[in-house]
Amino acid sequence: MSIDVKRTDEGYLANFSDWNKEIGNEIAKEDEIEMTDKHWEVITWIQEQIKLGKALSIRSIKKSGVVDIKEFYKLFPRGLKISTKIAGVEKPKGCI
Amino acid sequence: MKQLLILGAGTSGTMMANHLVKKLNKNEWKITIIDQYKTHYYQPGFLFLPFDTYTEDQVKKKGNKFIPKGVNYIQTKIEQIFPKENKVKLENETINYDILIVATGCKIAPEEIEGMKGKNWQKNIFDFYTYEGSLALRNKLRDWKGGKMLIHITEMPIKCPVAPLEFAFLADSYFTKKGMRDKVEITYVTPLSGAFTKDKCSKSLTYLLDDKNINIETDFAIEHVDNENNKIVDYAEKELDYDLLVTVPTNMGDEVIEGSGMGDDLNFVPTHHNTLQSLENENVFVIGDATDVPASKAGSVAHFQAETLTDNILLYIAGKPLKEEFDGHANCFIETGFNKALLIDFNYEHEPVHGTFPFAGIGPLQLLKESVINHWGKLAFRWIYWNMLLKGIPIPFVGRNMSTKGKKLD
Repeated sequence: MSIDVKRTDEGYLANFSDWNKEIGNEIAKEDEIEMTDKHWEVITWIQEQIKLGKALSIRSIKKSGVVDIKEFYKLFPRGLKISTKIAGVEKPKGCI
Repeated sequence: MKQLLILGAGTSGTMMANHLVKKLNKNEWKITIIDQYKTHYYQPGFLFLPFDTYTEDQVKKKGNKFIPKGVNYIQTKIEQIFPKENKVKLENETINYDILIVATGCKIAPEEIEGMKGKNWQKNIFDFYTYEGSLALRNKLRDWKGGKMLIHITEMPIKCPVAPLEFAFLADSYFTKKGMRDKVEITYVTPLSGAFTKDKCSKSLTYLLDDKNINIETDFAIEHVDNENNKIVDYAEKELDYDLLVTVPTNMGDEVIEGSGMGDDLNFVPTHHNTLQSLENENVFVIGDATDVPASKAGSVAHFQAETLTDNILLYIAGKPLKEEFDGHANCFIETGFNKALLIDFNYEHEPVHGTFPFAGIGPLQLLKESVINHWGKLAFRWIYWNMLLKGIPIPFVGRNMSTKGKKLD
């Protein structure tokens, strides 16, 4: 399956409203991640944080109650960069 | 007599005291400001101290000099805030308030990372976000013979998010002038996905790192500092060697916020993004680095917030609805080395873009572009800070809300 929605130069979804689980799965495949229930649990948690307007960070993952950081990196070896991409949300940004 | 209490006499608290003393009815309101420290530091100067550009005296003055007459200034430690009881416990007394302004700022917390504040702290691991750290780093750099220098950000958010990048640029300039640039390898290490994460900045500014021969390590989420082998190690088990680690430790709100149960994970107070009223207590307002608003933690932001917050305090006293006015406006010079700087002007909604500032089509300052005049602007800012900003004097032609005039928006 190809991803037929608008994406940024780096492959993030331009609009979260385009996201669905199939698209998340395809993005994961691009990064050679085989999604499991635990992966989806983390993705759902990330999406909830973004909906609440909260900033994502390694600290927030640590306090999520969903995974610890070691486990998080085992699931997503490229950390927040790839997990946010699969979740269809913006990567964490600085001010410039 | 009613009491308006300001906690913290840093940039934000001092500005609020100066604004409000002119606006509140002296027969009805007593204004009290509390801070445990005697010295007021010009924090942007901490960037210049390590490179011998500024001297110690240029970045500190006695704090009480900036507290206006008519404001009661108490120099003592704040023990705990009781927001449900409208009182604050100090070291030797308890003060009741009708309105509270929390301006307790944020500070570095190197103890958050294992090994950071260990045996090598201020030996080959330094911060430049404190007066002491910046000064210790200056002394180190004066005799340093070169090697691998990492300029490292632990986690976001941090005060003055561009400062680490400015530090990298100024380090390149400093070692070049000393004739030892070839002996220093500079690497910028960030937990974000790049030095520039916003589209227009990334397109316009990435050349700076290449031109200055500054390496970059992205997505580095530090787990611990290995003091035996002089390495930082991240959660993905990536390791980076250093001879000199210049780090920006985790930034956290004051411990009094944690002790009072008023903060989030990092002790920042949940605050309405546009009114600056606390989300928990309607007679508590929050300003500057103490808030959790997604604006930069910077003096310019505090300055713009102070203007909105002054109006909102008066509206609150009058029982009228607050203005949802603050837009996240930030205006920052970014030093790029060799006597040049950039200027950025942005808010919650608009990322930094090209253009002219403050006058559309005229400037004289250029946005998102290096120039010598921007560098003079940055240096002139120290005078503006001590003589205008702290006193609550509006900066001419720069409004509290970001203007789109002169900006090249899409």
